[in-house]
Amino acid sequence: MATRRTILRGMLAATAAAALPVPAGLAQGRPVTRHIPSTGEAMPAIGLGSWITFNVGNDPELLNQCTDVMAAFLAGGGGMIDSSPMYGSSQNTIGHGLEQLGRPRQAFAADKVWTSDASGGREQISRSRREWGVPRFDLMQVHNLVEWQAHLRTLRDMKAAGEIRYIGITTSEGRRLDLFEEVMRDQPLDFVQVTYNILDREVEERILPLAEDRGMAVIANRPFRQKELIHRLRRYPLPPWAGEIGATSWAQFVLKFIVTHPAVTVTIPATTRVDHVRENLAAAADLLPDAATRRRMADYVRDL
Amino acid sequence: MGGWASYTPQDFLLFSPRVYWRLFELHNAAVWPLHIVALLCGVAVLAAMLRPRAWQDRAVGAALAAAWAFVGWSFLAQRYAPVNWAVGYIIPCFALQAVLLLLWGAFRGALVLHWPRGVPGVAGAALYLYALAAHPLVAPLAGRPLVAGEVIGVAPDPTAIATLGLVTLGARGGVAWLLIAVPALWCLFSAATLFTMGAAEGWLPLAAVVLAVAAKLWPGRRVAE
Repeated sequence: MATRRTILRGMLAATAAAALPVPAGLAQGRPVTRHIPSTGEAMPAIGLGSWITFNVGNDPELLNQCTDVMAAFLAGGGGMIDSSPMYGSSQNTIGHGLEQLGRPRQAFAADKVWTSDASGGREQISRSRREWGVPRFDLMQVHNLVEWQAHLRTLRDMKAAGEIRYIGITTSEGRRLDLFEEVMRDQPLDFVQVTYNILDREVEERILPLAEDRGMAVIANRPFRQKELIHRLRRYPLPPWAGEIGATSWAQFVLKFIVTHPAVTVTIPATTRVDHVRENLAAAADLLPDAATRRRMADYVRDL
Repeated sequence: MGGWASYTPQDFLLFSPRVYWRLFELHNAAVWPLHIVALLCGVAVLAAMLRPRAWQDRAVGAALAAAWAFVGWSFLAQRYAPVNWAVGYIIPCFALQAVLLLLWGAFRGALVLHWPRGVPGVAGAALYLYALAAHPLVAPLAGRPLVAGEVIGVAPDPTAIATLGLVTLGARGGVAWLLIAVPALWCLFSAATLFTMGAAEGWLPLAAVVLAVAAKLWPGRRVAE
């Protein structure tokens, strides 16, 4: 239970994050919400990843920096925070941030089970839960399909017992998509997590339509290919018509493309900067492209 | 973990360069002024090369063993392992190296220091001198603060390079290869990490391993007893 002290610290952290300067031109709106097909629960379309960015060990300065990012993310209408036992100290960093922020309710805790020990899933999930400091995870996913049969059985049991709310599977960078599709066809899942961005669009062919058919929420990971996509794109000017869709940067351009695919529920860009998290949230706030504009966006980037 | 072939070295780099370099800043701040003690010990090893004494050789073996144990516990376990789970598997190797140095260096006197002669001796002494005097300056030369400098006996790379140098200079036969194995493997691991981070400093531990192995294989080498 949150104490008066932790609530006060959370309010202070949120206030501090809100007081950080907001660059001119950044929209202040909250991101649009999508619905999780299996329950209809609303989910802000912009989440927060933690791969690399939150693996800061016990560095107090960087831990506080990550807390600021989380504060800005949650204050700006974000929901899902995603991590994995594979991501070094990221779970601990998230736990530190949530503690500092007074355990905000809007945080949607998404994590993964990642162990080749078929019987070790439950124990690893318990460890992860202690790192986060949460009573239960909202979403638990089988990371990269590692020991997926055994872990999915564990997750189904935990969901039935009310120990987790949603279950899912993940892959990244197009790994094992055939098996991924097979698992999607055969298993009842709430979420699937795949790599999807304006250049990595392989999942548009079978995975995303299948997710729609099967009523599964989709998490798009690696929206920026871990910065590489933005570094590549920023050598070029935004198209003159970027303003029509409210994109003031390549990051917003890319995120708008992702979150407007009808099958995508949420994307999870990772960052260490408060201004970037605000920029990401603003990308899904308004002026979202329609299907024709999405094609135009993809064509423009492809031809650069 | 199925599909290993689809992974690249970048997939296993779990931290940013900034986090990595700050590990040394934080570690240095935490153990200061141990650096002064470590550097004085390092200079004393040079004196042992100039005026060899059997007890000095054994003391150097014990000091090196202590350095490996300390770096494994203080830097690897306390700082590095939290951001890189793979390091957890390497910590026992540091403990093993400490035990080997204690057994063969301190108790059996297999590390015989002497004034460097011939290519292997000069190569070993050069590696040691580099680790002691030049490696701490790599950080400022690369644009990082001096307080992020990596010092022998405090950080793993200079400790490993110094060990490669002293073993190349002063150990023979199978014992030499036994004492070189862990430092060489660490240097290769460090080089791979640095290259994956895009840091040109990766050439330094890699070059140290190549030089040490080449020196040990140098034909006609002689080591003074």
